[in-house]
Amino acid sequence: MLNRLELRAITKRYAGAAANDGVSLMVAPGEIHAVLGENGAGKSTLMKIIYGAVQADSGEILWEGAPVRIASPAAARRLGIGMVYQHFSLFETVSVVENIALAVAGPFDLAALAARISELGDRHGLQVEPRRLLHDLSVGERQRVEILRCLMQDPQLLILDEPTSVLTPQAARALFGVLRSLAAAGCSILYISHKLEEIRELCDRVTVLRAGRVVGGASPRDTSAAELARLMVGRAIPAVTRVPGEREPQPRLALRLTTPRAVSLTVHGGEILGIAGVSGNGQRELLALLGGDPVGQPETVYLDGEAVGHLGVAARRARGLALVPEERLGRGAVPGMSLGDNGLLTGHRLGLVRGGLIARGGVARFARTIIERFGVVCSGVSSVAASLSGGNLQKFIMGREMSLAPRVLIVSQPTWGVDVAAAAVLRQNLVDMSRGGTAILVVSEELEELFEICDRIAVMYRGRLSEAAARDMTSIEEVGLLMAGAGAAFGTAA
Amino acid sequence: MLRIVLEPRAAPWRSMRLAAPGIALLLTLLVSVPMLFALGLDPPATLRTFFLAPLSSANGISEWLLKASPLILIGLGLTVGFRANVWNIGAEGMYTIGALCSAWLALRFGDGAHVWLLPAMMLAGALGGIAWAAIPAFLRTVTNTSEILVSLMLNYVAALLLGYLVNGPMQDPQGMNYPQTAAFGPAALFTPLFAGVRLNASIFITAAAVVLAWLLLDRSFLGFRLSVSGAAPAAARYAGFPPARLIWFSLLASGASAGLAGMMEAAGPLGQLTPVISPGYGFAAIIAAFIGRLEPLGVVFGGLLLSLLYLGGEAVQMSLNVPASLARSFQGILLFFLLAADVLIMHRVTLRRR
Repeated sequence: MLNRLELRAITKRYAGAAANDGVSLMVAPGEIHAVLGENGAGKSTLMKIIYGAVQADSGEILWEGAPVRIASPAAARRLGIGMVYQHFSLFETVSVVENIALAVAGPFDLAALAARISELGDRHGLQVEPRRLLHDLSVGERQRVEILRCLMQDPQLLILDEPTSVLTPQAARALFGVLRSLAAAGCSILYISHKLEEIRELCDRVTVLRAGRVVGGASPRDTSAAELARLMVGRAIPAVTRVPGEREPQPRLALRLTTPRAVSLTVHGGEILGIAGVSGNGQRELLALLGGDPVGQPETVYLDGEAVGHLGVAARRARGLALVPEERLGRGAVPGMSLGDNGLLTGHRLGLVRGGLIARGGVARFARTIIERFGVVCSGVSSVAASLSGGNLQKFIMGREMSLAPRVLIVSQPTWGVDVAAAAVLRQNLVDMSRGGTAILVVSEELEELFEICDRIAVMYRGRLSEAAARDMTSIEEVGLLMAGAGAAFGTAA
Repeated sequence: MLRIVLEPRAAPWRSMRLAAPGIALLLTLLVSVPMLFALGLDPPATLRTFFLAPLSSANGISEWLLKASPLILIGLGLTVGFRANVWNIGAEGMYTIGALCSAWLALRFGDGAHVWLLPAMMLAGALGGIAWAAIPAFLRTVTNTSEILVSLMLNYVAALLLGYLVNGPMQDPQGMNYPQTAAFGPAALFTPLFAGVRLNASIFITAAAVVLAWLLLDRSFLGFRLSVSGAAPAAARYAGFPPARLIWFSLLASGASAGLAGMMEAAGPLGQLTPVISPGYGFAAIIAAFIGRLEPLGVVFGGLLLSLLYLGGEAVQMSLNVPASLARSFQGILLFFLLAADVLIMHRVTLRRR
């Protein structure tokens, strides 16, 4: 049988560095083929080449056995290649059918299109009411719309880029059902991910990329997750070790909000509280409240029992609060400033300012310590923040806030974009810090991560916070249900 | 098909940072040659008259420094604000109010031999500028009104106020009804440093301000906070730097420096107030600040350069009879190339196949 897609020795260089270096790959009809690799391994570049958004420097693409040149995404679509991006490109204010009509050639017949959407949806388990407005849809439903839009072109190959990063575990499982149904109908699927368990559950074959090269192919079902991780990273990943912590009786951080709705939580010294939830369910507002930007009513946020809701960021930081924001460039770091200056941004309390003047030597030392301790890849303390990769900047910001030796540390998406090995180090650091007495609050979309490091886990859904459950008393499935809004656990204390 | 792409650099290109003003000056000269040709002038002779002749005498150098001094002083104050993304376009008005406040003291006490008079006038000038700057600062922090518009419009208010005062309440009774104040007494004037030139001791105020601004902007934590709030307001809030206080500080600092410059001009070369007391120092200082790429020493360079453009413009007008707008075109072309060269400091230009 002919391969649907074959890549032969695809090479693409950016400014001297090879993003793809002699990558070869074969996808059979109806196969679900995973491309596994860390951030920066070259997965996205490879997919862009297949989808015609980027041209390879050398190498050959064969479609159904015949060499092709894919000059643009339009050309890719004509061949029968569809792509579902990680970030959706849909119009919020119009209906599902209108969104899809915009991408479909031919007469503008909404009624016929709606019928086709329903028919396709029924066949593959992608049920969406065509007349509903997009902004009413959940993230999972929006993804269905994206996939349906691709299916309109009757694709022979569907590329999905990290499709589960925005989904609850249950929604992810539903998506797997859809993908299996599509594959059974003969559509090949290229599934890009760094999540090992997903790939083992869903995919027929996996190609592992590391630093732009193919370092191995395997049948994922016969390969352990640890083995896949070792292939992806190049060495064994240290597991996070978690010794039982000693939880202080008095909370160091407490939130007691009554309006607009009751939301409360406490974080004690010596523990990590995790907040799970699909992003956009109020996490941003929660962090703003806790961080003090903007300030609110005094009797809402407490640090060591003192009402600080009316105090600004500086006053809260002076009381021992440190924070790692989700948005790194522009909030957690000043893009155009050096790492030294970005260390000073919040590290100035560590004696880096004397008599109003900046102690330059101390600033450079502080930044250098962070760079060395957390393995930040950069050209030195004078590198500007914007020149670092997202993962390296995250390591720097995490390292900076941890170096402040805070009483309370709030972290949003601690390892987002960080490579697997470095993420393990950051998680271990968080655990060690909490065991040293720090109260830590972690907001993360990655359930595995929360279960790896947290002592208690609460779920945020539509602005409400579930009661925090001890990690050992709950499960990923249970938390996943809460993330989708099931259960009556919301509105009470965490 | 090739495409020009700008890629951000990992770290600023240091040698380009130093070379950029020179390159910009060179390009300005290159562009000006055909312009001078078109005007029917001999480019080498004109450029010599423009850039070298003014500096060929002691008096010329005195005038050069005398004009550069207020430009630098105002430019330094504006730099404080520009670093923090606070766009004070009202230095001209603050300069005017500073001159007015100090002139009031000069006219009231100028006849005696008070040693405190000059320091008091300096204080009055700075306070006048601060008061004028407090208006946009208040409106910006309390009502979120654009400081650009408010400070710009206040320039006209200040100019009209000056016009009214020198035509009325502050007019010289013995002045044959000319719109001007009485000449300041000796106690209210800076004495020239050397006989026969107008350059006076106020140049040391500017020199001190350069050191102060360098300390503030490049060495102090306050300066760092100003830069952060300008470069990334969200990061400033995240770190807990108070935005309103930084806006107040930026505007008041630039108000103080502009007001002081107005006092220096009134108590120096002017010696009295007339309806027009500035050749546009408050606006040209914006250019000086940007030529100096918001670095204190750079502003000194920018002020000296713009001062030379003023003098050169006058020199070619007088000796070669060219239009006054020539000097202004030079200012504009120079600024254009400087900002263009700036891009190269932070970016790398590469050609890419489409």
